[in-house]
Amino acid sequence: MYPEYMRPSLEKVAQTRNKRFELEKSGKPVFPPMNAEEREEVLNKFHPDYKPAARRKIRIGPNKDEHITTEVADMLESHSRIKPEFFDLTKPDYETDILIIGGGGAGCAAAILAMQKGAKSIISTKLRLGDANSMMSQGGMQAAVTAQDSPTRHYLDAMGGGHFDNKPDLVRALTEDGPEVVKWLEDLGVVWDKLEDGSLQVLHGGGTSRKRMHSCRDYTGAIIMRTLMDKVRNHPDKITCLEFMPIVELLLDSKGQCAGGVLYNLETEEYFTVKAKATIIATGGYGRLHIRGFDTTNHYGATGDGLVMAYRAGAKLLYMDSVQYHPTGSVFPEQIAGFLITEKIRGAGGQPLNKHGELFVFPREPRDVESSAFIRECLEKNNGIETPSGRLGVWLDSPLIEMIQGEGYINKQFPAMHRQFIRYGIDITKESMLVYPSLHYQNGGIEINDKCETNIPGLYVAGEATGGAHGRNRLMGNSVLDYNVFGRRAGIFASDYIKSVKISALTLNHITDYDDELKKAKIKTDLITPVLLPSYTPEDVRKRQLTACYEGTLR
Amino acid sequence: MATQKTAKKKPVKQAKSKSPKNDTKKTMATVFIMGKSHEVPADATIMGAIEYAGYQIIRGAGCREGFCGACATVYRMPGDYKIYTGLACTTLVEDGMWLSQLPAIPAQKPVYDIDKLDPNVATFQKIYPEVFRCVSCNSCTKACPQDLEVMDYINAAMRGDIEAVMDLSFDCLSCGLCAIRCPSEIVQYNVGLLGRRLYGKYLSKESKQLKKRIKEVKERKFDKEYKEFKTMKKEELKKNYYDRDTE
Repeated sequence: MYPEYMRPSLEKVAQTRNKRFELEKSGKPVFPPMNAEEREEVLNKFHPDYKPAARRKIRIGPNKDEHITTEVADMLESHSRIKPEFFDLTKPDYETDILIIGGGGAGCAAAILAMQKGAKSIISTKLRLGDANSMMSQGGMQAAVTAQDSPTRHYLDAMGGGHFDNKPDLVRALTEDGPEVVKWLEDLGVVWDKLEDGSLQVLHGGGTSRKRMHSCRDYTGAIIMRTLMDKVRNHPDKITCLEFMPIVELLLDSKGQCAGGVLYNLETEEYFTVKAKATIIATGGYGRLHIRGFDTTNHYGATGDGLVMAYRAGAKLLYMDSVQYHPTGSVFPEQIAGFLITEKIRGAGGQPLNKHGELFVFPREPRDVESSAFIRECLEKNNGIETPSGRLGVWLDSPLIEMIQGEGYINKQFPAMHRQFIRYGIDITKESMLVYPSLHYQNGGIEINDKCETNIPGLYVAGEATGGAHGRNRLMGNSVLDYNVFGRRAGIFASDYIKSVKISALTLNHITDYDDELKKAKIKTDLITPVLLPSYTPEDVRKRQLTACYEGTLR
Repeated sequence: MATQKTAKKKPVKQAKSKSPKNDTKKTMATVFIMGKSHEVPADATIMGAIEYAGYQIIRGAGCREGFCGACATVYRMPGDYKIYTGLACTTLVEDGMWLSQLPAIPAQKPVYDIDKLDPNVATFQKIYPEVFRCVSCNSCTKACPQDLEVMDYINAAMRGDIEAVMDLSFDCLSCGLCAIRCPSEIVQYNVGLLGRRLYGKYLSKESKQLKKRIKEVKERKFDKEYKEFKTMKKEELKKNYYDRDTE
C-alpha cells in the first residue's frame, strides 16, 4: 500500500490517464523519441557510466592501461583463491570432453548441443542448475519472425541500441539465428505466447522498430530455463552436473591451450581438478558487485567469476567500461527495491510519468537512454517521488495497459508482476508502480568471435560473460536470444574442436605469473577472487567475526 | 473448472506507511531461525532476516525475486498448530516466527526423451504413475507459495488434459513445497514441467510464418543486406538507423 503522502501524485496520474490513452490510440509516439544529439547529451550528463569515478585504468593483464568500470578493475586486480603448488596436475580428479562453467541458459544450451554432437560434458555450477539470470528474465526474447520484420532490421536496431560499437559478425549471428532458436525452443517444449491461429504473439521493446518480443507470460526465462534444465537432466550419460561446485581457476596446458579448471566444493571446501579438451565459460554477469552502489536485478551468484578466471589466463576483455542499468527497477516497497519490472510492461503500453503525472520521455528508448532520462527527471528536474526510505522514483503507469489491451490483460500476461506487488497491497491493475534504474547487465565481457572462440585456444565463452554482441548497450530481449544463440554455437564449435586437439601437460603457471604482475605493478590488495557470493552481513555482525585466520572458506 | 480453495492462507502483512525521512527507530521482531532466537527488522523478508542475523547463505537463495524456487521455507507461529510455507525472498517475518529453510527437496526426476513421448494420459501413467495415487487432499495447493491450483493440475494430468496442466502449472517455480506436503508422494512440479513440455512441443499450434522465415534464412535471403550493412561506414549506418520507420 502506498503511503498517504503519495496519494496526490497518484491522483494526478489517474487524472492524466484518459488523455494519455487517447494519445496512445492515435498511433503516433506518445512522446517525441530523441535524436542522436539528444541521446548523447542525456547519456553524458546522467548515465552512471559517465561519472568520473565510474571508470579507472586497469594496471595489469591483457587490457592493461584501458579505462574500465572501477569495481571490475578492483575485482581483476586481486589474488587467486589457490596456490598452484598445492595441486598435483598429473592426476586430474575428473576428465571430460568439454567443461562447461555455469549452469544457466548458455551453459545448458551448450551442453545440449555438445551432447547431440556426441561430446561428453561436465557442467560446473556455483549454486543449483538454473540459478542464473536466465531464470529471471520476464519480458521475452527478440527474434525477427513477422512478415514486416527481418533479421537485418533486427541487426540495425541492435547496432543503433549499442551505439554502433557492436561487433558486426556477432550481431549477424545473434539476429540471423533468432528464428531458428524460437523453433528449437518450441521443439524442446517451450510454451510461447501465441494468437488463436498459431502465430507468435509479439510486442515492442525499447529501441525496436518492429514488434519482435516473444514471451511466455512474464515467466519467459523461467519457462525456457526449466525446459533446458529438464533436457540436460534427461541425458545423465552424457552430461554430468556438479552443483555448488564452482570452477575457481582455469587450467592451461604447456602449449597455452585451455584444458579445464579447478573446482571448489562450496560445502566441504575441497578442491578438485578437471581436465577437459575444451572449456566453455558461461558464468553470466556481475550485478552482485553492486556497481556504483546500485541495487541489482541479478541473481545471488552474479559476481563476474568467469571474467577474472579468464583474465588471469590471458583472455582479452571488450567493453568492460559499460554497465547496463535497467530503467524500471522497483523502488517501493523497500523489500523489493531493485527488483526487475519487465520491459514488457512498456511494450504493452505502460508509460513512465513524473510526480505531476506527465510523460517526460518516449517510453521505449534504448535502455541506457531511458534510464538516463529517469535519472534526469529525478535529480535535475526534481520531478521524482521520494519513498519513505529516501529513494527516488518515477511512476510506471500499468493501469493504462488494461485500457489499451483490455481488462484482464495484466493478470494473464503479467502474473509475476501482479504477484510481486499484491503481496504488499499494491494492485498494479489499479495503481502505478514506482521505479528507478537498477543494475541489470554486463554489456561487455570476454571477447569472442562468432564461433564463441577467444584468444586462448580451447576456451569458448557464451552468454552474458561475453563482450561485443551488444556494443555498449544491449536492447531488451537480446540477452535471452544471446544465451541461446551463443550457448548453442559454443556447444557446436567446441565439439568440433575437441576432435583434433591434443592436451599436453597441465599447468597453473598463469596464476603465479599473474600474482607476480600484481607485485611488479605494486598493487596492494586483500581481495581474493572469484568473489563467488556477495555478503549481506551487517557491519556490527562483521565486527564480531574475529576468527584470525581462515583456510579456504568464504569469509 | 478451478475448485474453490479450502486452504486458509495467512493474510499478507501490509508494509507500514511512513513519510519520507521520518524514519524513527526501526521496529524489531523476534524470530527463531532453525531454533535460534534473533532480533531482526520487523519489515524484513525471511531472507533479509537470515542475512541480517549474520548467516552467509549458500543453499537457500537463488534469484531472490520469486522466480527460481531456491528458498522454500517452512514455519510455525506461536500458539498455532498449523505449518506454513513460503519463499524466503518474498515472505515477511512476523514476531515469534519459527522458521527453517529447506536446502534441497528430495525428488526423483525420471529420465525420458521428449521426442519419443505421446501427449496423452498414458505418458503420465508411464512416467509418473504415482500421480494416480492422489487422494485429493489439496495439501499441495495449500502449500503453494504462488497460489497455484496444484491439485487441479494433478487431476488434469490424470485425465490427460495437457492444456490444463500447462495452464495451471505455468507459473510454477519448482520450489518443491507441494511435494514435501503430499501424502501420496507425488512430485507435482515435475509433473507440471512434463505437461508444459508436451504442450509446447506437440499441442501448441504451429506458426506458419516462423517456418517460412527459417526457410528464408536457410536460403540465405538476407546475405546481401547483411554484407551491405557490414561494409557500410558508421555515419551511413547511423543515418539508416535514425531514418528507419517504426511499426
